[in-house]
Amino acid sequence: MTERKLTMSRAIVEAIDQEMARDPKVFVMGEDVGPYGGIFGSTTGLLQKYGEDRVRDTPISETAFIGTATGAAAEGMRPIVELMFVDFFGVCMDQIYNHLAKNTYMSGGGVRLPVVLTTAYGGGYSDAAQHSQALYGVFAHVPGLKVVVPSNAYDAKGLMIEAIRDDNPVMYFFHKGLMGLGWMTSPATAATPVPEEPYTIPFGKAEVKRSGTDLTIVTVGLMVHRALEAAASLEKKLSIEVIDLRTLVPLDRPTVVASVKKTGRLLVVDEDYRSFGLTGELAASVAEADVPMRRYRRLAEPDVPIPYSRPLEQFVFPSAETIAAAARAAVA
Amino acid sequence: MQLDRDKLLWMYRTMLLIRRYEERLVDAYLEGKMPRFDIGWGPIPGEMHLAAGQEPVAVGVMAHLRKEDTVTGPHRPHHLAIAKGVDLKKMTAEIYGKKTGLGHGKGGHMHLFDPAVKFSCSGLIGAGFPPAVGAALAAKMQGKDWVAAAFAGEGAANQGSFHEALNLAAIWRLPVIFVIEDNSWAISVPRSKSTAVSSNADRAAAYGVPGVLIPENDALAIAEAAGVAVERARRGEGPSLIEIRTFRYLGHFQGDPETYRPKGEVEELKKRDGIARLGRVLTAQKLLTESLDGELRAGVERELDDAFEFARSSPYPEPADALLHVFA
Repeated sequence: MTERKLTMSRAIVEAIDQEMARDPKVFVMGEDVGPYGGIFGSTTGLLQKYGEDRVRDTPISETAFIGTATGAAAEGMRPIVELMFVDFFGVCMDQIYNHLAKNTYMSGGGVRLPVVLTTAYGGGYSDAAQHSQALYGVFAHVPGLKVVVPSNAYDAKGLMIEAIRDDNPVMYFFHKGLMGLGWMTSPATAATPVPEEPYTIPFGKAEVKRSGTDLTIVTVGLMVHRALEAAASLEKKLSIEVIDLRTLVPLDRPTVVASVKKTGRLLVVDEDYRSFGLTGELAASVAEADVPMRRYRRLAEPDVPIPYSRPLEQFVFPSAETIAAAARAAVA
Repeated sequence: MQLDRDKLLWMYRTMLLIRRYEERLVDAYLEGKMPRFDIGWGPIPGEMHLAAGQEPVAVGVMAHLRKEDTVTGPHRPHHLAIAKGVDLKKMTAEIYGKKTGLGHGKGGHMHLFDPAVKFSCSGLIGAGFPPAVGAALAAKMQGKDWVAAAFAGEGAANQGSFHEALNLAAIWRLPVIFVIEDNSWAISVPRSKSTAVSSNADRAAAYGVPGVLIPENDALAIAEAAGVAVERARRGEGPSLIEIRTFRYLGHFQGDPETYRPKGEVEELKKRDGIARLGRVLTAQKLLTESLDGELRAGVERELDDAFEFARSSPYPEPADALLHVFA
């Protein structure tokens, strides 16, 4: 039997479709989620199947429609709402972090907000500083949001179903360059076999994608593929363990700590900005666990806005080559 | 929609309850803050925004709402919460920061959540409009005739959230009543310096929805306009906007020196007080007598005694309870 392979966007749509079929309270809204099917293909075909009542195109009013998701969720609905690019959070952050993220806490647990806020992140195609950021670190920093960053189609489906069934706000980040769009190249490894039946992947469980003994590389999203490529290119010289975190909130610290205990060396690769983010958080987590670490290195966006021109942009994002170089340096 | 005797007396009594509640809060808030005022001291720390003068807005609109209808309020929420039927004991306990409070002491007076009567409020100006649209959407999608009312001051009508939410509610014909409580002051900035139109009701035209200005702080006039808006919403005909010229008797927050405010303004406003106004009408209609008035006021005091006693005698949360409830 041949296994059915899906792109990440098809896997996401299948997850949403199956949950909409299962639960009439699940609905979708956002910009261009209807006839267009989502600018990055995250809602393709849902309108045709479920109609305008449950698949709602919105005006360009992120404050209004994200706040609407919060209000509808408080009444028992389970909205999936799309912020087209995570970069656009500036126009609606109040509704996200002052309301969606805090109302459960401020109500002493009395208010439940089962909202999935999907958003596209990431660069690599010359979209410049306002359409290329990762920014998941910002949302992982603010208490009250679960943060999911799938790296492949199989995880994307399981994590999406888990997100929809969660009674808390979940920010679901998908990298544009993993979706398998006809107009943007994805790594071949992002499309994977995906079971047709619904399944869930629990949050807070990292996956060891490749085991090794010399160095631990931890990353998320698109960078998982580049880290694996780097590890493969070095396999005759180095035994590298690659960990895909899959979710940032909750964060699977034990898996990272256990790996560093074994390898003694940690390299964190991050498409997000370097300072005050994932890379520092993991260093602190290992240090707090009293694990002796012979080497810690990080490779991340070097705290500059994402530049437009191809050579400039390629300079700021980790690549398989720069990851391999950092790995060699970390073990040397 | 005609208001019956019980509803009219409910409006009058509820306004008394709100006024007396906040008068007691004024005193309670000052405990531990004399002779030197420090905002963090006393049994009720933090900011305190009181709504004295704005009671007619709360009862005028809430006279038409049911338990299943949703209300979102702003940082000045007590009149709205009380009129919506929020549990007064738990609300007071929340303001005292107690474990028995609505949010177990996590929210405080600007962040009151009572899902049992579908009330919530927010400390961010204009932030309550979008969630009200969401509640209305949920009602519509579930085939209910429930409505949502969003309240905020005239200062909030210059926030993008107000305009975005009005537009969205209009496009989707959602049962939302947008209520602007124009108390003339956005903290210290008068309406004339914040708002380009003479009335926010005029802004409704920009979204193709009815907009009504109620020029007097009159509970009956407000109730009449709200009745029309609520019925329209329940019939599935979409949102409405009501602006009410109401009164803010106190500072923006307790401790506000109010140096910006013309001398004598509040005294003049108090001559047109909304509670006394309704009292005169009910007396003229022989619905209210001196003895009934006395009974109502005594009942209010007893209810308040109970609420404040409950709050004061309730335990504080355990300090480490701060770590609970980030997620459901």
